[in-house]
Amino acid sequence: MSRVYTPRYQQNLKPAMRLAPGRVTVVLLLLGALLLALLARAIYLQVVQQDFLQNQGDARFRRTLLLEANRGEITDRNGEPLAISTPVQSIWASPVDMELGTVPAAKLQQLARLLEMPLDEVKRKLSDNKREFVYLKRQISPALAQQVMALEIPGVAKQQEFRRYYPAGEMLAHVVGFTGVDGKGQEGFELTREKMLAGKHGSRTVLKDRRGHIVEDLAVIEPPRDGQTLQLSIDKRIQYLAYRELKAAMEVNKAKAGGVVVLDARTGEVLALANTPSYNPNNRAVLEPEMRRNRAVVDMFEPGSTMKPFPIAMALDAGKVTPDTVFDTQTYRIGPATVRDTHPKPAMTVTQIIQKSSNVGSSKMAAMFSPEDMWTFYRQAGFGQSPQTGFPGESAGRLRDWQNWRPIEQATMSFGYGVSVSLLQLARSYTVFTNRGALLPVSFTRLGAPLPGKSLIKPDTAKKMRDMMVTVTEEGGTAVRAQVLGYHVGGKSGTARKLVGGAYAANKHIGLFVGFAPATTPRLIVAMMIDEPGAGAYYGGAVAGPAFSNIMAGSLRILGVEPDAPSNNTLIPEHQISEVREET
Amino acid sequence: MQVSLAKRLTRAIMDPLDGWLLALLAGVFVLSMIALFSASNQSWAKIDNKLVYTALSLLIMWLLARLSPQTVMHLALPLYVAGVLLLVGVELFGITVNGSTRWLNVGIARIQPSEIMKIALPMMLAWYFQKYETTLNWRHYVVAAVLIVIPGLLILKQPDLGTATLVMGAGFFALFFAGLSWKIIIGGGVAFLASLPVVWNLMHDYQRKRVLTLIDPMEDPLGAGYHIIQSMIAIGSGGVWGKGWLAGSQTHLDYIPERTTDFIFAVYSEEFGLAGNLLLLALYLGIISRCLLITARAPTLYGRLLAGAITLSFFVYVFVNMGMVAGILPVVGVPLPFMSYGGTATVSLAIGLGMLMGIGKLQRR
Repeated sequence: MSRVYTPRYQQNLKPAMRLAPGRVTVVLLLLGALLLALLARAIYLQVVQQDFLQNQGDARFRRTLLLEANRGEITDRNGEPLAISTPVQSIWASPVDMELGTVPAAKLQQLARLLEMPLDEVKRKLSDNKREFVYLKRQISPALAQQVMALEIPGVAKQQEFRRYYPAGEMLAHVVGFTGVDGKGQEGFELTREKMLAGKHGSRTVLKDRRGHIVEDLAVIEPPRDGQTLQLSIDKRIQYLAYRELKAAMEVNKAKAGGVVVLDARTGEVLALANTPSYNPNNRAVLEPEMRRNRAVVDMFEPGSTMKPFPIAMALDAGKVTPDTVFDTQTYRIGPATVRDTHPKPAMTVTQIIQKSSNVGSSKMAAMFSPEDMWTFYRQAGFGQSPQTGFPGESAGRLRDWQNWRPIEQATMSFGYGVSVSLLQLARSYTVFTNRGALLPVSFTRLGAPLPGKSLIKPDTAKKMRDMMVTVTEEGGTAVRAQVLGYHVGGKSGTARKLVGGAYAANKHIGLFVGFAPATTPRLIVAMMIDEPGAGAYYGGAVAGPAFSNIMAGSLRILGVEPDAPSNNTLIPEHQISEVREET
Repeated sequence: MQVSLAKRLTRAIMDPLDGWLLALLAGVFVLSMIALFSASNQSWAKIDNKLVYTALSLLIMWLLARLSPQTVMHLALPLYVAGVLLLVGVELFGITVNGSTRWLNVGIARIQPSEIMKIALPMMLAWYFQKYETTLNWRHYVVAAVLIVIPGLLILKQPDLGTATLVMGAGFFALFFAGLSWKIIIGGGVAFLASLPVVWNLMHDYQRKRVLTLIDPMEDPLGAGYHIIQSMIAIGSGGVWGKGWLAGSQTHLDYIPERTTDFIFAVYSEEFGLAGNLLLLALYLGIISRCLLITARAPTLYGRLLAGAITLSFFVYVFVNMGMVAGILPVVGVPLPFMSYGGTATVSLAIGLGMLMGIGKLQRR
């Protein structure tokens, strides 16, 4: 560029037409003002609004994830699993983080197919774009979850969860209970020990990008604390046996329902507790309230003759009678009412009163005491009081205040009418006879050492009672079918009419048998209840006796209990049984 | 002699260029490389690309700076006429993408004639005013206004409000420096404000949405407001000193849209904070001041008008982009000069600055 080209019109350039200096000033001021505005905006965002915007940012990419704690196992007394958790996956989505329109339709279709959901439902769940969390499908197998995640749909994630599995199934459903889909206990021990089993969730913070992928693990805020193992007092082997026999007895007797409780006679631990009808806790598709009820703990009934050992033990302990004291057992009038036996005899010893279940005999012994004394004795045997097992809906039974007792009522209460108990309560009350006269607390958890019982009668009285109660299962007793080969079995049968609409029904009964063995040094108590037997027989000894015998025999064998009657090696054959029938 | 050869070579290269502008541009370039490396998730491919088109832009800038403005001036009329013809061509045979017709297939490549107009219109006006410099009266301003409105309306019809505004703005700046009466400017401003309701009715839905989103981005946080919210969060969370290079969480977690191009300021701002913004703004202020100085000292009317229009266009780019990213202006596709990734914009800005340096060189003689 050596020469500047100057066109003709440049040469007479008027100074006035030069760029007006005012314009440059205006431009400078304007530009300065606008740049200042930008600067002010930057300061506003980066200084004044910094915290707010920082939080907004964090809210978008920082997420706190829950770390699931492992739920504790439930085992039986020998460590056999009764409830265990298996890992499953749940698929969830964060509609806030995803743009549904950008997801290819084919992928959505595949997602719906894998989750076995209608496509419309999937779309509906994903389109709620105010929500940060929505479950698409819960508790699917890890393999299926893997397939879903392979679709790589942004905003769709999986979450580790646990599904509860119950190896014992319906056999132990009422004791163990079950958890809901959210992993929380809903029934049984899963509910009552929820805190202990659930443990505590932990959490961790992660960074997520716009597509919902986890980019970085920041920190574990709180490690999860796993739930503890709950060891029950249940013996799975005895439980299986008890449930099987109960179910068989139900079918044989065409009964409406039934229950059985097996207690350790020395410690009060529950070794088995079964109810029918039951349900499968692993598949609760069909779960009716009828099946769900833990009858042995919740339901009350009038115990009938199984109550008789108590007034007799009271009289014996007070020294008012001996096993050989003879009572006049003809029809007994109390005011306008009459107490009578099904098969009246003019006279019976106390032993015979138990063996043949005499209402007149037990009523006469009850009449030796004031209502207050009798009430106190029943109360101390655990009646009318909650057994404190912690089960929801646990029944305390019903024992009316002694001040309102009429003489006839005191008499009927001696043979189990006008007083209500639960099967568990009834089984527990028999620990008085097996445990040197003391009532033991019941426990569903395994005890290291037996808890002390509360003394009610003298040890010698308890022994005399056992001896007398053995005659019940011997020739001439009410429950010969409850006998067990090689062992002396003591116990008491009961046949209670059911109250229907305030009146005793003639054809609806509860058949009961509560017994213990070996009677010399008792190891087990088994209480058996058959509700509304419908196959003809309804006497307690006849409907509950055989099942009792099978359960007792099997359990003693399982526990390896030494026979106390090794010479007694024959059972009384079925056709020779001349059982004394009782109506109470 | 070797030394003297090297010296002469350096001189030959450096002579046409404006030292101040070059130094300030180099500063912006360094910042842009740092920001791009972070915004692209450390992509060397993008860095390579940027080096290539920056070199090309420098070459074009150097060539234009070497040429006499009077030589380049002769291109004004043909370029303008060609530009208008191409815009008409777009109207008739254009390619429609996303509802707007902006591209024209000319056999070898697809071109966007509106881009050409950004430089052709101020050149045309500068040439026109210089041609009638001595006899200038109100009729010439009317003609100039027509010259502005013809391409302006053609671009508006595409429709492309952003580019139309920039093109007509460039023309208006030339008119402004040519001494358009204050009365008309203020009157026009008032008329513009008064016509806003009418304009609102003529606007397309997407344009209305952009304006509404600007007023309250939270109204539609997942749709139209998404970009603005995300970039405001990025800028704000940077604070005074920034989160540090490569440490911007909004950036690296993929929340900022178009983060290498239109929204690179958000990336830069998040990582370098207010301090970084001050530095960048200072560099742009320096560039604009230098350009204004060249404008004021230009010996010819053509030079003054063209330099003024280029300068103010450059400023508008900076202001509109930063204003958009910081949430005070609507989202329009305007890149941040020399910071945003993209060859076309860089080359066209280099063309403008090359011409401006050529004008600046005249006054040094």
